[in-house]
Amino acid sequence: MQMPVNFLANIGSLVIGLLQSIGKALFFMTSIIIVMPYAIKRFNLLLKQIYFLGVLSLPIILTAGFFVGMVLSLQGYLVLVDFNSEEAVGSMTALSLIRELGPVVTGLLFAGRAGSALTAEIGLMRSTEQISALEMMAVDPNKFVYAPRLAASIIVLPMLSMIFVAVGIIGSYLISVGWLGVYDGFFWTQMQTHVDWNNDVINGIIKSIFFAVLVALVSLFQGVNAIPTSEGVSRATTKTVVHSSLGILGLDFLLTVLMF
Amino acid sequence: MSRKMIVEVWVGLFTVLAFVALLMVAFKVSNFQGVQKETYQIKAAFSNIGGLKVRAPVKISGVIVGKVIDIEVDKETYQAIVVMAINSDLNHLSLDTSASILTSGMLGDQYIGIDPGADEEYLQDGDYLDIVQPALVLEELIGKFLTNLSGE
Repeated sequence: MQMPVNFLANIGSLVIGLLQSIGKALFFMTSIIIVMPYAIKRFNLLLKQIYFLGVLSLPIILTAGFFVGMVLSLQGYLVLVDFNSEEAVGSMTALSLIRELGPVVTGLLFAGRAGSALTAEIGLMRSTEQISALEMMAVDPNKFVYAPRLAASIIVLPMLSMIFVAVGIIGSYLISVGWLGVYDGFFWTQMQTHVDWNNDVINGIIKSIFFAVLVALVSLFQGVNAIPTSEGVSRATTKTVVHSSLGILGLDFLLTVLMF
Repeated sequence: MSRKMIVEVWVGLFTVLAFVALLMVAFKVSNFQGVQKETYQIKAAFSNIGGLKVRAPVKISGVIVGKVIDIEVDKETYQAIVVMAINSDLNHLSLDTSASILTSGMLGDQYIGIDPGADEEYLQDGDYLDIVQPALVLEELIGKFLTNLSGE
Protein backbone atom coordinates (compact mmCIF):
# COMPACT_ATOMS: atom_id res chain seq x y z
CA MET A 1 0.00 0.00 0.00
CA GLN A 2 2.79 2.36 0.92
CA MET A 3 4.73 1.86 -2.34
CA PRO A 4 2.18 2.99 -4.98
CA VAL A 5 1.17 5.97 -2.88
CA ASN A 6 4.76 7.10 -2.59
CA PHE A 7 5.22 6.61 -6.33
CA LEU A 8 2.19 8.76 -7.12
CA ALA A 9 3.36 11.39 -4.65
CA ASN A 10 6.73 11.53 -6.40
CA ILE A 11 5.11 12.10 -9.79
CA GLY A 12 2.82 14.70 -8.28
CA SER A 13 5.61 16.68 -6.66
CA LEU A 14 7.60 16.56 -9.91
CA VAL A 15 4.69 17.97 -11.94
CA ILE A 16 3.92 20.62 -9.31
CA GLY A 17 7.57 21.66 -9.27
CA LEU A 18 7.66 21.87 -13.06
CA LEU A 19 4.50 23.96 -13.23
CA GLN A 20 5.79 26.21 -10.45
CA SER A 21 9.04 26.90 -12.26
CA ILE A 22 7.21 27.59 -15.55
CA GLY A 23 4.90 29.96 -13.73
CA LYS A 24 7.82 31.64 -12.01
CA ALA A 25 9.65 32.05 -15.33
CA LEU A 26 6.60 33.55 -17.06
CA PHE A 27 5.92 35.85 -14.13
CA PHE A 28 9.54 36.99 -14.13
CA MET A 29 9.43 37.55 -17.90
CA THR A 30 6.32 39.72 -17.83
CA SER A 31 7.56 41.71 -14.84
CA ILE A 32 10.70 42.65 -16.79
CA ILE A 33 8.94 43.31 -20.09
CA ILE A 34 6.47 45.67 -18.41
CA VAL A 35 9.29 47.91 -17.18
CA MET A 36 11.25 47.83 -20.47
CA PRO A 37 10.66 51.55 -21.17
CA TYR A 38 12.77 52.37 -18.09
CA ALA A 39 15.73 50.71 -19.75
CA ILE A 40 15.61 53.25 -22.55
CA LYS A 41 14.99 56.13 -20.14
CA ARG A 42 18.07 55.21 -18.12
CA PHE A 43 20.35 55.45 -21.13
CA ASN A 44 23.59 55.29 -19.12
CA LEU A 45 22.75 51.89 -17.67
CA LEU A 46 21.84 50.63 -21.15
CA LEU A 47 25.08 51.96 -22.62
CA LYS A 48 27.12 50.19 -19.98
CA GLN A 49 25.34 46.90 -20.70
CA ILE A 50 25.83 47.31 -24.45
CA TYR A 51 29.52 47.69 -23.69
CA PHE A 52 29.63 44.60 -21.48
CA LEU A 53 27.47 42.35 -23.64
CA GLY A 54 28.31 43.64 -27.10
CA VAL A 55 31.71 45.23 -27.30
CA LEU A 56 33.37 42.63 -25.09
CA SER A 57 31.86 39.84 -27.23
CA LEU A 58 33.34 41.33 -30.41
CA PRO A 59 36.70 39.49 -30.43
CA ILE A 60 35.13 36.04 -30.24
CA ILE A 61 32.45 36.94 -32.82
CA LEU A 62 35.01 38.34 -35.25
CA THR A 63 37.32 35.35 -35.01
CA ALA A 64 34.52 32.80 -35.16
CA GLY A 65 32.86 34.54 -38.13
CA PHE A 66 36.08 34.74 -40.07
CA PHE A 67 36.92 31.08 -39.58
CA VAL A 68 33.38 29.82 -40.19
CA GLY A 69 33.31 31.75 -43.49
CA MET A 70 36.68 30.37 -44.55
CA VAL A 71 35.85 26.76 -43.68
CA LEU A 72 32.45 26.94 -45.36
CA SER A 73 33.88 28.15 -48.64
CA LEU A 74 36.74 25.67 -48.51
CA GLN A 75 34.35 22.75 -48.03
CA GLY A 76 31.79 24.14 -50.48
CA TYR A 77 34.47 24.58 -53.13
CA LEU A 78 35.61 20.96 -52.83
CA VAL A 79 32.08 19.75 -53.61
CA LEU A 80 31.13 22.38 -56.18
CA VAL A 81 34.29 22.02 -58.24
CA ASP A 82 33.14 18.50 -59.19
CA PHE A 83 30.10 20.05 -60.88
CA ASN A 84 32.09 22.83 -62.55
CA SER A 85 30.11 25.42 -60.64
CA GLU A 86 32.67 26.73 -58.19
CA GLU A 87 31.32 30.29 -58.69
CA ALA A 88 28.32 29.23 -56.58
CA VAL A 89 30.59 29.02 -53.54
CA GLY A 90 29.89 32.70 -52.79
CA SER A 91 26.13 32.41 -52.82
CA MET A 92 26.24 29.16 -50.89
CA THR A 93 28.39 30.64 -48.13
CA ALA A 94 26.37 33.85 -48.00
CA LEU A 95 23.05 32.04 -47.84
CA SER A 96 24.09 29.63 -45.11
CA LEU A 97 25.67 32.45 -43.11
CA ILE A 98 22.73 34.82 -43.42
CA ARG A 99 19.93 32.32 -42.90
CA GLU A 100 21.33 29.92 -40.32
CA LEU A 101 24.90 30.16 -39.14
CA GLY A 102 24.97 33.90 -38.52
CA PRO A 103 22.08 34.04 -36.03
CA VAL A 104 22.62 30.56 -34.55
CA VAL A 105 26.38 30.56 -34.01
CA THR A 106 26.29 34.15 -32.78
CA GLY A 107 23.49 33.18 -30.40
CA LEU A 108 25.44 30.17 -29.10
CA LEU A 109 28.60 32.21 -28.62
CA PHE A 110 26.58 34.98 -27.00
CA ALA A 111 25.05 32.47 -24.59
CA GLY A 112 28.49 31.20 -23.69
CA ARG A 113 30.23 34.54 -23.51
CA ALA A 114 27.57 36.99 -22.29
CA GLY A 115 24.73 34.83 -20.94
CA SER A 116 26.98 32.99 -18.49
CA ALA A 117 28.48 36.31 -17.35
CA LEU A 118 24.98 37.70 -16.77
CA THR A 119 23.97 34.71 -14.65
CA ALA A 120 27.16 34.81 -12.60
CA GLU A 121 26.82 38.55 -12.07
CA ILE A 122 23.19 38.42 -10.98
CA GLY A 123 23.81 35.30 -8.87
CA LEU A 124 26.68 36.98 -7.06
CA MET A 125 24.68 40.16 -6.61
CA ARG A 126 22.08 38.05 -4.90
CA SER A 127 24.50 36.04 -2.79
CA THR A 128 26.16 39.24 -1.59
CA GLU A 129 22.66 40.63 -0.96
CA GLN A 130 23.06 43.58 -3.32
CA ILE A 131 19.63 42.91 -4.78
CA SER A 132 18.08 42.91 -1.31
CA ALA A 133 19.92 46.18 -0.61
CA LEU A 134 18.41 47.73 -3.74
CA GLU A 135 14.96 46.56 -2.67
CA MET A 136 15.55 48.01 0.81
CA MET A 137 16.20 51.38 -0.81
CA ALA A 138 12.97 51.02 -2.78
CA VAL A 139 14.92 50.65 -6.01
CA ASP A 140 13.16 48.14 -8.24
CA PRO A 141 15.78 45.66 -9.55
CA ASN A 142 13.44 44.90 -12.46
CA LYS A 143 13.83 48.44 -13.68
CA PHE A 144 17.47 49.09 -12.91
CA VAL A 145 19.17 45.71 -13.10
CA TYR A 146 17.20 43.31 -15.30
CA ALA A 147 15.47 45.51 -17.89
CA PRO A 148 18.67 47.24 -19.13
CA ARG A 149 20.33 43.86 -19.56
CA LEU A 150 17.40 42.44 -21.56
CA ALA A 151 17.20 45.57 -23.72
CA ALA A 152 20.96 45.58 -24.33
CA SER A 153 20.84 41.92 -25.42
CA ILE A 154 18.04 42.64 -27.88
CA ILE A 155 19.99 45.55 -29.34
CA VAL A 156 23.36 43.84 -29.36
CA LEU A 157 22.72 40.35 -30.72
CA PRO A 158 21.37 41.37 -34.16
CA MET A 159 24.34 43.71 -34.51
CA LEU A 160 26.79 40.96 -33.57
CA SER A 161 25.08 38.59 -35.97
CA MET A 162 25.37 41.12 -38.81
CA ILE A 163 29.07 41.60 -38.05
CA PHE A 164 29.51 37.81 -37.97
CA VAL A 165 27.91 37.49 -41.41
CA ALA A 166 29.96 40.30 -42.93
CA VAL A 167 33.24 39.02 -41.54
CA GLY A 168 32.36 35.48 -42.64
CA ILE A 169 31.75 36.66 -46.19
CA ILE A 170 35.06 38.53 -46.18
CA GLY A 171 36.76 35.32 -45.02
CA SER A 172 35.01 33.38 -47.73
CA TYR A 173 36.08 35.97 -50.33
CA LEU A 174 39.72 35.72 -49.24
CA ILE A 175 39.68 31.92 -49.46
CA SER A 176 37.71 31.40 -52.64
CA VAL A 177 38.93 34.35 -54.70
CA GLY A 178 42.37 34.85 -53.21
CA TRP A 179 43.42 31.27 -52.79
CA LEU A 180 41.18 28.91 -54.77
CA GLY A 181 40.98 31.19 -57.82
CA VAL A 182 37.23 31.70 -58.20
CA TYR A 183 36.59 34.67 -60.51
CA ASP A 184 35.59 37.51 -58.21
CA GLY A 185 32.97 39.02 -60.52
CA PHE A 186 31.03 35.76 -60.52
CA PHE A 187 31.56 35.42 -56.78
CA TRP A 188 29.67 38.66 -56.04
CA THR A 189 27.04 38.51 -58.79
CA GLN A 190 26.04 34.93 -57.92
CA MET A 191 25.66 36.11 -54.35
CA GLN A 192 23.48 39.04 -55.33
CA THR A 193 21.18 36.97 -57.51
CA HIS A 194 20.59 34.36 -54.83
CA VAL A 195 20.46 36.38 -51.60
CA ASP A 196 17.20 38.25 -51.19
CA TRP A 197 16.99 41.23 -48.86
CA ASN A 198 13.46 40.64 -47.55
CA ASN A 199 13.41 36.86 -47.45
CA ASP A 200 16.92 36.12 -46.26
CA VAL A 201 18.52 39.10 -44.54
CA ILE A 202 15.45 40.40 -42.69
CA ASN A 203 14.49 36.89 -41.58
CA GLY A 204 18.01 36.33 -40.26
CA ILE A 205 17.76 39.53 -38.21
CA ILE A 206 14.35 38.50 -36.84
CA LYS A 207 15.84 35.15 -35.82
CA SER A 208 18.63 36.80 -33.87
CA ILE A 209 16.13 39.04 -32.04
CA PHE A 210 14.26 35.93 -30.89
CA PHE A 211 17.54 34.35 -29.75
CA ALA A 212 18.49 37.52 -27.85
CA VAL A 213 15.24 37.48 -25.88
CA LEU A 214 15.68 33.78 -25.15
CA VAL A 215 19.31 34.00 -23.97
CA ALA A 216 18.73 37.11 -21.87
CA LEU A 217 15.63 35.77 -20.16
CA VAL A 218 17.19 32.36 -19.44
CA SER A 219 20.37 33.87 -18.01
CA LEU A 220 18.56 36.48 -15.89
CA PHE A 221 16.11 33.88 -14.60
CA GLN A 222 18.89 31.46 -13.71
CA GLY A 223 20.82 34.23 -11.99
CA VAL A 224 17.85 35.33 -9.92
CA ASN A 225 16.94 31.78 -8.94
CA ALA A 226 20.48 30.58 -8.24
CA ILE A 227 21.11 29.20 -4.77
CA PRO A 228 23.20 32.04 -3.28
CA THR A 229 26.34 30.02 -2.67
CA SER A 230 29.42 29.66 -4.85
CA GLU A 231 28.33 26.17 -5.85
CA GLY A 232 24.79 27.33 -6.62
CA VAL A 233 26.05 30.16 -8.83
CA SER A 234 28.36 27.85 -10.75
CA ARG A 235 25.52 25.40 -11.28
CA ALA A 236 23.22 28.19 -12.47
CA THR A 237 25.87 29.38 -14.94
CA THR A 238 26.16 25.89 -16.40
CA LYS A 239 22.39 25.66 -16.65
CA THR A 240 22.24 28.99 -18.49
CA VAL A 241 24.64 27.86 -21.19
CA VAL A 242 23.01 24.45 -21.62
CA HIS A 243 19.41 25.67 -21.58
CA SER A 244 19.91 28.66 -23.85
CA SER A 245 22.03 26.69 -26.34
CA LEU A 246 19.43 23.94 -26.59
CA GLY A 247 16.71 26.59 -26.72
CA ILE A 248 18.43 28.37 -29.59
CA LEU A 249 18.76 25.18 -31.61
CA GLY A 250 15.13 24.21 -31.05
CA LEU A 251 13.80 27.69 -31.70
CA ASP A 252 15.93 27.93 -34.84
CA PHE A 253 14.34 24.80 -36.26
CA LEU A 254 10.89 26.19 -35.51
CA LEU A 255 11.67 29.59 -37.05
CA THR A 256 13.23 28.02 -40.14
CA VAL A 257 10.13 25.91 -40.70
CA LEU A 258 7.95 29.01 -40.39
CA MET A 259 10.13 31.34 -42.48
CA PHE A 260 11.53 29.45 -45.46
CA MET B 1 40.00 59.84 -20.92
CA SER B 2 37.54 58.96 -18.21
CA ARG B 3 36.18 55.46 -17.93
CA LYS B 4 32.74 56.61 -19.05
CA MET B 5 34.22 58.13 -22.19
CA ILE B 6 36.00 54.89 -23.03
CA VAL B 7 32.74 52.96 -22.76
CA GLU B 8 30.99 55.47 -24.99
CA VAL B 9 33.74 55.43 -27.61
CA TRP B 10 33.72 51.65 -27.76
CA VAL B 11 29.93 51.46 -28.01
CA GLY B 12 30.06 54.07 -30.76
CA LEU B 13 32.70 52.08 -32.62
CA PHE B 14 30.66 48.90 -32.19
CA THR B 15 27.54 50.59 -33.59
CA VAL B 16 29.47 51.93 -36.59
CA LEU B 17 30.93 48.48 -37.22
CA ALA B 18 27.48 46.85 -37.12
CA PHE B 19 26.14 49.52 -39.47
CA VAL B 20 28.99 49.00 -41.93
CA ALA B 21 28.31 45.24 -41.81
CA LEU B 22 24.63 45.86 -42.52
CA LEU B 23 25.47 48.12 -45.46
CA MET B 24 27.86 45.55 -46.85
CA VAL B 25 25.26 42.78 -46.61
CA ALA B 26 22.64 45.09 -48.13
CA PHE B 27 24.54 46.39 -51.14
CA LYS B 28 27.32 43.93 -51.80
CA VAL B 29 25.68 40.63 -50.86
CA SER B 30 21.91 40.88 -51.29
CA ASN B 31 19.69 42.40 -53.93
CA PHE B 32 18.58 45.29 -51.70
CA GLN B 33 17.11 48.25 -53.57
CA GLY B 34 16.38 51.26 -51.40
CA VAL B 35 13.53 52.47 -53.55
CA GLN B 36 11.46 49.75 -55.13
CA LYS B 37 11.36 50.25 -58.87
CA GLU B 38 7.91 50.93 -60.32
CA THR B 39 6.58 47.96 -62.19
CA TYR B 40 3.55 46.86 -64.16
CA GLN B 41 2.22 43.33 -64.48
CA ILE B 42 1.80 41.16 -67.51
CA LYS B 43 0.57 37.59 -67.52
CA ALA B 44 1.17 34.54 -69.65
CA ALA B 45 -0.47 31.11 -69.69
CA PHE B 46 1.91 28.20 -70.16
CA SER B 47 1.06 24.53 -70.68
CA ASN B 48 4.16 23.59 -68.69
CA ILE B 49 6.47 25.78 -66.67
CA GLY B 50 9.07 23.11 -65.85
CA GLY B 51 11.07 24.24 -62.85
CA LEU B 52 10.18 27.94 -62.98
CA LYS B 53 9.85 29.52 -59.55
CA VAL B 54 8.51 32.73 -58.09
CA ARG B 55 11.24 35.44 -58.11
CA ALA B 56 12.80 33.97 -61.27
CA PRO B 57 14.14 36.72 -63.55
CA VAL B 58 12.41 37.95 -66.70
CA LYS B 59 14.87 38.85 -69.44
CA ILE B 60 14.87 40.66 -72.77
CA SER B 61 17.95 39.81 -74.86
CA GLY B 62 19.51 38.44 -71.70
CA VAL B 63 19.05 41.62 -69.68
CA ILE B 64 16.95 41.31 -66.52
CA VAL B 65 13.91 43.58 -66.85
CA GLY B 66 11.60 42.14 -64.20
CA LYS B 67 10.72 39.09 -62.20
CA VAL B 68 8.04 36.43 -61.76
CA ILE B 69 5.83 37.40 -58.84
CA ASP B 70 3.14 34.74 -58.90
CA ILE B 71 2.45 31.31 -60.41
CA GLU B 72 -0.90 29.59 -60.19
CA VAL B 73 -3.05 27.11 -62.06
CA ASP B 74 -6.07 28.37 -64.00
CA LYS B 75 -9.12 26.56 -62.66
CA GLU B 76 -10.76 26.13 -66.09
CA THR B 77 -7.98 25.53 -68.59
CA TYR B 78 -5.55 23.93 -66.12
CA GLN B 79 -2.76 26.01 -67.57
CA ALA B 80 -0.13 27.69 -65.44
CA ILE B 81 -0.71 31.44 -65.17
CA VAL B 82 2.61 33.22 -64.61
CA VAL B 83 2.39 36.83 -63.44
CA MET B 84 5.45 38.94 -64.20
CA ALA B 85 6.35 42.39 -62.87
CA ILE B 86 8.14 44.37 -65.57
CA ASN B 87 10.03 47.61 -64.87
CA SER B 88 7.88 50.58 -65.82
CA ASP B 89 10.55 52.21 -67.97
CA LEU B 90 9.95 49.37 -70.45
CA ASN B 91 6.32 50.24 -71.14
CA HIS B 92 6.58 50.04 -74.91
CA LEU B 93 6.29 46.29 -75.33
CA SER B 94 4.14 45.51 -78.35
CA LEU B 95 1.00 43.38 -78.09
CA ASP B 96 2.54 40.49 -80.02
CA THR B 97 5.42 40.07 -77.60
CA SER B 98 6.20 36.41 -76.98
CA ALA B 99 7.39 34.69 -73.83
CA SER B 100 9.31 31.46 -73.47
CA ILE B 101 10.71 29.58 -70.51
CA LEU B 102 14.43 29.10 -70.91
CA THR B 103 17.23 27.61 -68.86
CA SER B 104 20.49 29.36 -68.10
CA GLY B 105 23.24 26.84 -68.77
CA MET B 106 22.74 23.10 -68.88
CA LEU B 107 21.48 22.64 -65.34
CA GLY B 108 20.94 26.25 -64.35
CA ASP B 109 17.87 28.02 -63.05
CA GLN B 110 14.96 28.67 -65.34
CA TYR B 111 13.90 32.14 -66.38
CA ILE B 112 11.42 33.78 -68.75
CA GLY B 113 12.77 35.28 -71.92
CA ILE B 114 10.47 37.74 -73.68
CA ASP B 115 10.84 38.76 -77.32
CA PRO B 116 9.25 42.06 -78.30
CA GLY B 117 7.17 41.92 -81.50
CA ALA B 118 6.34 44.56 -84.08
CA ASP B 119 2.75 45.49 -83.25
CA GLU B 120 1.85 49.19 -83.04
CA GLU B 121 -0.13 48.77 -79.85
CA TYR B 122 1.47 48.32 -76.46
CA LEU B 123 0.84 45.94 -73.57
CA GLN B 124 -1.04 47.42 -70.64
CA ASP B 125 -0.97 46.46 -66.98
CA GLY B 126 -2.62 43.03 -66.53
CA ASP B 127 -2.54 42.03 -70.20
CA TYR B 128 -1.94 38.45 -71.30
CA LEU B 129 0.83 37.46 -73.67
CA ASP B 130 -0.63 35.37 -76.50
CA ILE B 131 2.47 33.80 -77.96
CA VAL B 132 4.11 31.53 -75.44
CA GLN B 133 6.52 28.65 -75.53
CA PRO B 134 6.44 26.24 -72.58
CA ALA B 135 9.47 24.85 -70.83
CA LEU B 136 11.29 22.00 -72.47
CA VAL B 137 10.99 18.91 -70.31
CA LEU B 138 13.85 16.52 -70.77
CA GLU B 139 11.70 13.38 -70.48
CA GLU B 140 9.32 14.58 -73.19
CA LEU B 141 12.24 15.39 -75.49
CA ILE B 142 13.71 11.94 -74.99
CA GLY B 143 10.27 10.41 -75.53
CA LYS B 144 9.85 12.25 -78.84
CA PHE B 145 13.33 11.32 -79.91
CA LEU B 146 12.65 7.66 -79.18
CA THR B 147 9.34 7.59 -81.09
CA ASN B 148 11.01 9.30 -84.05
CA LEU B 149 13.78 6.75 -83.91
CA SER B 150 11.40 3.79 -83.91
CA GLY B 151 9.36 5.33 -86.75
CA GLU B 152 12.25 5.26 -89.17
